[in-house]
Amino acid sequence: MKIAVLVKQVPDTETKIKTKADGSGIEMEGVKFIVGPYDEFAIEEAIKTKEKNAGSEVTVVSLGPTRVVEAMRTALAMGCDKAIHIDDEGQNPDSYVIAKALAKVIADGGFEIVFTGKQAIDLDNSQVTQQVAEFLGWPQVMILEKIEVGGGKAMATRRVSGGAKEVYEVPLPAIFGCEKGLNTPRYASLPGIMKAKSKPIETKKLSELKGDAQAKVVYSNYRMPPEKAPGKMLSGDAATQVKELVRLLREEAKVI
Amino acid sequence: MANVLIFAEHQDGKLKKTALELASKAAELATGIGGQAEAAVIGGSEGLAKELAPYGIKKVYLLASPKLDKYNTLGFVKALADLIQETKPEIVLASASPAAKDFFPRLAARLNTGLASDVVEMKIDADKKLIATHPVYSGKALVDMKIPNSLPQIAMIRPNSFGTAAPQEGASAEVVKKDTDPGELKAEMKDLVKGATGKIDLTEAEIIVSGGRAMKEAANFKILQDLADVIGASVGASRAAVDSGYAPHDMQVGQTGKVVNPKLYLAFGISGAIQHLAGMRTSKVIVAVNKDAEAPIFQKADYGIVGDLFEVVPLLTQEFKRVLSE
Repeated sequence: MKIAVLVKQVPDTETKIKTKADGSGIEMEGVKFIVGPYDEFAIEEAIKTKEKNAGSEVTVVSLGPTRVVEAMRTALAMGCDKAIHIDDEGQNPDSYVIAKALAKVIADGGFEIVFTGKQAIDLDNSQVTQQVAEFLGWPQVMILEKIEVGGGKAMATRRVSGGAKEVYEVPLPAIFGCEKGLNTPRYASLPGIMKAKSKPIETKKLSELKGDAQAKVVYSNYRMPPEKAPGKMLSGDAATQVKELVRLLREEAKVI
Repeated sequence: MANVLIFAEHQDGKLKKTALELASKAAELATGIGGQAEAAVIGGSEGLAKELAPYGIKKVYLLASPKLDKYNTLGFVKALADLIQETKPEIVLASASPAAKDFFPRLAARLNTGLASDVVEMKIDADKKLIATHPVYSGKALVDMKIPNSLPQIAMIRPNSFGTAAPQEGASAEVVKKDTDPGELKAEMKDLVKGATGKIDLTEAEIIVSGGRAMKEAANFKILQDLADVIGASVGASRAAVDSGYAPHDMQVGQTGKVVNPKLYLAFGISGAIQHLAGMRTSKVIVAVNKDAEAPIFQKADYGIVGDLFEVVPLLTQEFKRVLSE
């Protein structure tokens, strides 16, 4: 089985984000990058699927500048077999263009099942997975909580609102956007890390993969959100504070 | 005409509250671009049209197919794409619900246009184009998104961002019934496991009561649930509480959980890690209760109590019970 996992390298969740003074983007200097937290579940699921299906191979794909190779090395150390780096050539592609390029790589590679994280935690668009599915004409299951693969199809459980779940039978090829709780991502072992150093990484160019696709969305005016005015600290014993809080919520804030 | 189309969702035979918020905002934007606000409802009854009219919707398309009584990604994409290609709206809006987040990105790709996700502010600029403000890095920063060269301009709005306008009693909307062909569905829904009835998802909740690591164990969330029941709130948790096994992941608020936008957020025993603040900072009013007076959460709180949550929460439940029954 040919399995692909799409990974995005993103700033660590503990990073203090600062926008550039001219509003053109985010200050990236000194930022620590990690594999997207949801992508880790996708990598683990891809490797598990390989282990259950003899003769399978997992390819990790990532789009971005040269630094994203580091994220792919992590995936290779966990157990992926090879990698494709899509060099963004300094362009700032939007979801539409990224999805076009990824769909081309997946179609060319003859993959049967693709895993991704349900969203990247930088731009928080959560669009690329669904758009890759659209350009390939494949079914998708997002917010994947459970999956069983066999006989050319998958039974996939998707989490929706208020604790409800939808269970789908999906013919392969298909793409799955993974959610926390799907599995427990393994740590890369020392031999795994050593082996990863010699696993092949192929580089392709965004400009050659995207065809004539043009960005649809223009991003501008990156800025910090307005700071809140300092709040009120209440005083007195617990009962007094609680009475005062309830009064303030009803009479001052008028939210209850 | 330059119209604005909304995807109006319903549940248990009634419009979702977010659909009324969407209708109100669509009516305002339609005025800005010289058109009217219209709504698409998939698999709903005519009564829903009557509910939308007072909020400024002039025309309601009821899209019907026996294959779409249950949600299906490809079926919903095709139903809406067909309508959009026929009616050619300038702007298409949805609330950022679990369904819309699933199929709207695909809809935008099919129509070869752009989509702004999880929008918290919208305006029409001098070119009569939509400027949609989208939080990035879980709200640690904001960015403006514009779709200048393709139509329609599509946006999903974060629930509770705009509020609902005062209803215009006696307003009516034209109803257009359409049979829709959902095409090949590919993925087939075999089972729908219902959540608790009447439970509102955290992303759509107006009031949230949240607990952190200081809850100490899963069973203690009962006191938060008791408070939530009294004030009509949903219960959330911090990542520390979820990672400690006190609460399931679908209750997690934060950068790797849910980004919420209630009018009131009550944080109990939550220190306020940066990734938690990122998930709830747009809440209109924030209340923090924590033993540690130095906890960072107090810097974001409108009202703070330094104290033991196990003492404060039951008192709060009692006090709300008393004043709300008056």
